[in-house]
Amino acid sequence: MSCIVRIPSPLRSYTAGAAAVPAEGATVEEVLASLEHRFSGIRFRMVDEQSRVRPHIRLYVNTAEVTVLSQTVGTGDVVHVICALSGG
Amino acid sequence: MTATLWIGTRKGAFTLRPESGGRRWRLGGPQFLGHIVHHVVQDPREPKVLLMAAKTGHLGPTVYRSSDRGRTWREAAQPPAFRKAGQGEEARAVERVFWLTPGHSSERGTWYAGTSPAGLFRCEDGGERWQPVAGFNDHPMRPKWTSFGTPDGQLLHSINIDPRDPRHLYLAISAGGVFESTDGGADWAPLNEGCAADFMPDPQAPYGHDPHCVALHPGAPDRLYQQNHCGIYRLDRPQRRWVRIGLAMPKKMGDVGFPIVLHPTDPDTAWVLPMDGQTVWPRTSIQGKPAVYRTSDGGRSWRRLDRGLPPSQAWLTVLRQAMCADASTARIGLYFGTTGGEVWAGANGGETWRCIARHLPEIYSVTHAP
Repeated sequence: MSCIVRIPSPLRSYTAGAAAVPAEGATVEEVLASLEHRFSGIRFRMVDEQSRVRPHIRLYVNTAEVTVLSQTVGTGDVVHVICALSGG
Repeated sequence: MTATLWIGTRKGAFTLRPESGGRRWRLGGPQFLGHIVHHVVQDPREPKVLLMAAKTGHLGPTVYRSSDRGRTWREAAQPPAFRKAGQGEEARAVERVFWLTPGHSSERGTWYAGTSPAGLFRCEDGGERWQPVAGFNDHPMRPKWTSFGTPDGQLLHSINIDPRDPRHLYLAISAGGVFESTDGGADWAPLNEGCAADFMPDPQAPYGHDPHCVALHPGAPDRLYQQNHCGIYRLDRPQRRWVRIGLAMPKKMGDVGFPIVLHPTDPDTAWVLPMDGQTVWPRTSIQGKPAVYRTSDGGRSWRRLDRGLPPSQAWLTVLRQAMCADASTARIGLYFGTTGGEVWAGANGGETWRCIARHLPEIYSVTHAP
């Protein structure tokens, strides 16, 4: 399965500035592994060592929020990475 | 090569380099603007190498490495991370890398990192691949030692290595106490006897104390100093009981603070920066009159050093990593950074002070890289 991952600005240092990159995988976990393979280090900034999405990150497949990394991804889907900041 | 002060802030890293013999300072940076930089530390074994502990408000924590004195940086291939939790185990994740310490001089490339929640990590390749130190992180007593965190989370800091023996280590946890290992980190034991823990129901508790900063003297490694939440202490090994040398401070100042800085060659000389620890703990300079205090006799007496510092209405807070000494000259230079974004330099062991940078973000660390 190939999809598109929308990369938020805080993570574009890993993608040489690209705001969207193609990735492979039938699940979110596999898509993240595909990203990590191309952009070393990017996964750990989004997902902790217990495979939990970090508290101020949200992942979506199209418009559906990802609740488990085993969530399926279809060909042509768009995976969105959303970052949240608060305060100054 | 010009010595550099590295300033870690809530919004990135900055440098200060002296010009005209130190009459002026040139501000450099920001580097990693917007990143939360807790610590930038030079490798004394390989002075071109620096490590930086960083994260952002949304992204996970990491470590960056420079091998050209901070001109360029590369992210660690494997940042500090706890091992994957087994079934029914507490699933810990590093929230931030808080502290960095270069390893023993005989162990080139070895570094230690302290994190929040309290974890100890080690690498042997100059900062690339970090491994959890199981002897501490999985110690059967660790859940009890780290059961009481600060509002900012538990902090593992003040990793000290005995220059005579790479297997002899100390670390500190806020709150948790001081711990010692004599077998390279395979096992640990509390080392808090004599330290007050006024906030604890049992004043004789073996752990649960709140060390803010612990420093081992490099030239006299049997001597340690500690700035604790509850006082200033000295410990001369092999004794196990800390002596509260802060009782010799003026009563109106008390002996609360965050950093403690040691003289590079004289084990009797140390500097502290008292903070207000009354009532709700404002943790600002006492009565709005900042001052550094120096002992030159191992804590039997203290002398106030405030010439050049604001005389009133200056409510500075200086965090535990935000004060350091320049050990490269006989006339020791002292530096501290404030949470209000100012950097102050104290010439000749802190005799006279002047502000060398202002308008920076909240300062977390000030380190000297000769």
